[in-house]
Amino acid sequence: MKTCLVVDDSKVIRKVARHILETLDFTVTEACDGREALAACMASIPDVILLDWNMPVMSGMDFLRALREADVPSRPKVVFCTTENGMAYIRAAIEAGADEYVMKPFDRETLESKLQIVGMA
Amino acid sequence: MTLAKSPPVAMPVVGPVVGPVAASQTAISVLTALLEARTGQQIAAYRSWRLDTALKPLLRDRKLDTLDQLVTQLLEGSDRLIGDRIVDALVNQETSFFRDAQVFELLVEAVAAAQAERRRVRIWCAGCSTGQEPLSLAMAFAERHQTSGAPMPEIVATDVSEAALARARAGRFSQFEIQRGLPVRQMIRWFDTTGSDWVAKPELVKLVSFRRMNLVSDQPPPGRFDIILCRNVLLYLSTQTKTHVFPKLADALNPGGMLVLGAGETVIGQTKAFEPSKAFRGFYQLQGEEGRSQAVG
Repeated sequence: MKTCLVVDDSKVIRKVARHILETLDFTVTEACDGREALAACMASIPDVILLDWNMPVMSGMDFLRALREADVPSRPKVVFCTTENGMAYIRAAIEAGADEYVMKPFDRETLESKLQIVGMA
Repeated sequence: MTLAKSPPVAMPVVGPVVGPVAASQTAISVLTALLEARTGQQIAAYRSWRLDTALKPLLRDRKLDTLDQLVTQLLEGSDRLIGDRIVDALVNQETSFFRDAQVFELLVEAVAAAQAERRRVRIWCAGCSTGQEPLSLAMAFAERHQTSGAPMPEIVATDVSEAALARARAGRFSQFEIQRGLPVRQMIRWFDTTGSDWVAKPELVKLVSFRRMNLVSDQPPPGRFDIILCRNVLLYLSTQTKTHVFPKLADALNPGGMLVLGAGETVIGQTKAFEPSKAFRGFYQLQGEEGRSQAVG
């Protein structure tokens, strides 16, 4: 079973994403901010990370940069999932090492298609 | 499809409307008959709920409360455009970028194989809806051209709905539409933002020739093609209507050309003109010149 870490400060978004991901046969873990997510990755690297941008404590972008520099045993796919929908944000995310980008709001088909694109569904 | 030249539809007389019902059986019959006469598409009885959903925006626009009132306006004939608007709303326009992505990988291989034999390869997207399929092809082949210098195939895209084609030609997609199936790198490479929408760059749209065509009643685009994509179109047609369409598709293909249907669609038991391709799984190959005369069988 593939694993997905959902990183978002919104409980509602985490719940919705978890529901969709579980129907796609993912084992899901959750983190409320970038720091929690980094700790989770140090403990166990997931196959894919669904990542919000704006979060307290540590933003998604800071988390991503730290993750890509970290000494971890594998390179998880990172799919940004954010309301930051401008071209400049998307380019910055790719530059920092994101594999895909979901603009909120999203639905099951969108998330599934993005996971297929990164080879995870 | 040329709506003005569409075949007439036999309209039953609309009965009295009692109470605030969404639609009487008569109204449902009229609307489904109109759709089938104009496009060949059928709406199964168990999916008649779709009429209400699809036509709600038109009802709002016309300040009408029920489908029966809409059908009454249609039958009165005072507004010549209303039939077109109903058909545009009812035609199934479900599509997405790179739908069934592995098909596009095979298409690139199939085009390369055809280009090895011919100077110019032509692809026809029959039933292109709002344009995601032909634009996906255009992106795939333009990127291949840029990296390897391989020639671009000609891409012709047709649809029965002028409203869908207008959107395809504009290359304008909502946030939901642009995200479905389109990798982010291709999104920012080939599209610009306009408000909350995403608009295809002119150099991408110009790679596709869009034209209106009713697959059932119109002639195919001129010339022959090497590949025809007709995905998730035939499944809405009756068996009888398909017997008119398969010969057209066969006639429009070059010898050895390929027909690509949607996942779950098949030619088996419906025509002898095509056989499953040995080289490209899920594609159907025209069976020589004799296949054209055996398209129905």
